[in-house]
Amino acid sequence: MNELFRIIKDKYVILTPLFLIIFIAQFEQYSQLTSSGTFGSALRLSIPILLAGLGGLFSERTGVVNIGLEGMMIMGTWFGAWGGYMYGPWGGVLFGLIGGGLFGLIHAIATVSFQVDHIVSGVAINILAVGAARFFNILAFDGIAFASSTASPRIEGEIGKFNFPYLSGGKIGENETTSLLGNIENADIFLVSDISALLLGFTSNISYFTILALLIVPLSVFVLWRTPIGLQMRSVGEYPSGSESLGVNVYLMKYIGVIISGCFAGLAGAYLVLEGPNVYLQGQTNGRGFIGLASLLFGNYRPFGVLMGAGLFGFADALQLRSEEAIQGLLVVVGVFLIMLTIRNISQRNIRGSIGTGLLGSLFLFWFMSSTQVPIQFIYFTPHLTTLVVLSFSKQKFRMPKKVGVPYKKGELN
Amino acid sequence: MKIRLRLVSFSAPIIALGLAVGLTSLILLGIGKDPIETFRMMFEYGSTGKSLVSVLNRTIPLYISAIAVAVGFKMGLFNIGVEGQYLLGALLAAAIGTSFAIYRPIHIFLIMLIAVVASSTWAAIAGYLKVYKGIHEVISTIMLNYIGTGLIAYLLSTVFFDEDEKNAIPQTVELPESGRLPSLNNVVGIEDLPNLHGFLPIALLLGLIYYLLIWKTTLGFDLRVTGANPVAAKFSGVDPKRLTIIAMIISGAFAGLVGMGPLLGYFHQYTIDFPPGLGFAGIGVALLGRNHPLGMLLGAMLFGFLERSAQILDLRGVPKEIETMMSAFILLIVVVFYEIIRRYIVTQQIKDASKKVESST
Repeated sequence: MNELFRIIKDKYVILTPLFLIIFIAQFEQYSQLTSSGTFGSALRLSIPILLAGLGGLFSERTGVVNIGLEGMMIMGTWFGAWGGYMYGPWGGVLFGLIGGGLFGLIHAIATVSFQVDHIVSGVAINILAVGAARFFNILAFDGIAFASSTASPRIEGEIGKFNFPYLSGGKIGENETTSLLGNIENADIFLVSDISALLLGFTSNISYFTILALLIVPLSVFVLWRTPIGLQMRSVGEYPSGSESLGVNVYLMKYIGVIISGCFAGLAGAYLVLEGPNVYLQGQTNGRGFIGLASLLFGNYRPFGVLMGAGLFGFADALQLRSEEAIQGLLVVVGVFLIMLTIRNISQRNIRGSIGTGLLGSLFLFWFMSSTQVPIQFIYFTPHLTTLVVLSFSKQKFRMPKKVGVPYKKGELN
Repeated sequence: MKIRLRLVSFSAPIIALGLAVGLTSLILLGIGKDPIETFRMMFEYGSTGKSLVSVLNRTIPLYISAIAVAVGFKMGLFNIGVEGQYLLGALLAAAIGTSFAIYRPIHIFLIMLIAVVASSTWAAIAGYLKVYKGIHEVISTIMLNYIGTGLIAYLLSTVFFDEDEKNAIPQTVELPESGRLPSLNNVVGIEDLPNLHGFLPIALLLGLIYYLLIWKTTLGFDLRVTGANPVAAKFSGVDPKRLTIIAMIISGAFAGLVGMGPLLGYFHQYTIDFPPGLGFAGIGVALLGRNHPLGMLLGAMLFGFLERSAQILDLRGVPKEIETMMSAFILLIVVVFYEIIRRYIVTQQIKDASKKVESST
């Protein structure tokens, strides 16, 4: 029980808005905020962020900052589309992974073997990836119908989808079952319907790729914390020269970490293509690699933390696809939340903080009252703004790997 | 540093250029094109008078963008947000600059001032978030880029929309004659060529200002010390929080001027065609030029030249994106070689020093 209170106290930054959202969603025009459809797309949009975040986890645990995730993800989108076009959707998954991994290898060569500054190398990789994807696309799909310099042709076929029987109306053999959760959602009971909508969103129309991605989360925990190689990888991020003195191959571990990182980012890119429009499009990643990195910070360098962060940012991402009215409801959520923070700040005698949050909060509330719709251009950056806001309010004590971002040269005391 | 070592340190960009040409040639061979013919075409097209003017026009914003990035780099601060900063600054400058018409130098100065204030305010947000909220500037500036793009799209299609124009393209009202910078063609005697933007001397002046700021002022010294060794800087009395915010603001101020060359010299209004990507390209130029005012100038000219000369390729059956690949190769190889050479120089210096010690005892 105490544990529960501690979690509530730690995570009030997420829990309060969540509760507010559920409350707001009771009003008819904002009901989209907690519909099963929204949660379904939230899950779909969380996966690329999750995979990118897990990629970042493997790299940063071995001590290499990976700003190049975005670029590796871009490679994943193109290779995923190409593999999908040539060999079907699962071919796309495989090639997305390989494409991202290749760029992970480049990052590893630069940062591990040549000790280039990690951020410099990452930035260079992001620039290279944009050009390379465009170049490959022109080369590979030259003259094929519906392909252009910025888009690939359509991938035929789809990765299978899956509904849970009884819970969300999946089939057993040939027989239809009832959708228990769907019925509860339609009953419109406070909180109960919202939770069953959440469960329905997470249990209906789940692609096998999604399941694969979600399985990587416990798998990462297992590999990093329960296997000898995982211990070696983590030790390299904490204390490389110490690890080396104990016979750990520091360079090899860093290479493995960064290449896995690229592979996951590549998977994230392939997911965007295969579970999205089924074509490669230039600019498809839209900063999700960086949002993945933010979810890694938010999740405090732990796989399940990354999952939570990705879920949050995926939810923000999903809202932009739903309805503009729903986003309007979010304004009042943000406004009320900021006012609550103001009250807390005042009670803690934090004058400067309370002025800031108070002003912002009233601004949001005023905005809510004086308009009926959030401009469409604002909806486009909801996930990015959410990322900034969440990171700035969830002032946690980050426990990052000690030597993350520090280039290590064999034989140096580091 | 000894002259020999200095020469070695100049070799990195040359090696990188050579290797990038080699790699690009391999790719060209792989897709069945003749590399020598391709490079010859590029050089021939890129060195016509018309192209050279275009290269210089392109160099101006690239150079300023690189300076903006370099100010941050000097203290180990990564301002990836120059992109959003200069676009936002250019939009506000274009939109507000049309609302009055006064004596030309003052008008132009005010337009530049608006851009500088807007961009540095936008950059300061990232500084604030880093110092008080602990958000790494790479993440915050990237997110601010997306937010800025959204804001620009909104402002352009509502608040600053030019309603007199009955076309569907969102754009601001054109700047009055007094808010336009005349071209330099008459001054340098090239009347028969396309317009050479009048912002060129200002860009060179900014390079000088950057040099003086970083190497001749206390603030610049603090920036460099913090970049080289944050702990030592702190002990020498530098307030890292204050310095971070100041560096972001200065970086943003330079970023504000990135869009001024194209705006004052050619576009005279902010449209959706306003050249994007200069902020990201500037990062590459700063890396290539090692944050040095002359190095970055050469780097900006090189990238400007490559981009212009690649325009001919599509007409001759080679995808012009080969140029993007080549620029990226140059960048990736050059950062590796700078590191190799830095290490080589350090070991040489240690060797020289120990020799001196040995000979003196």
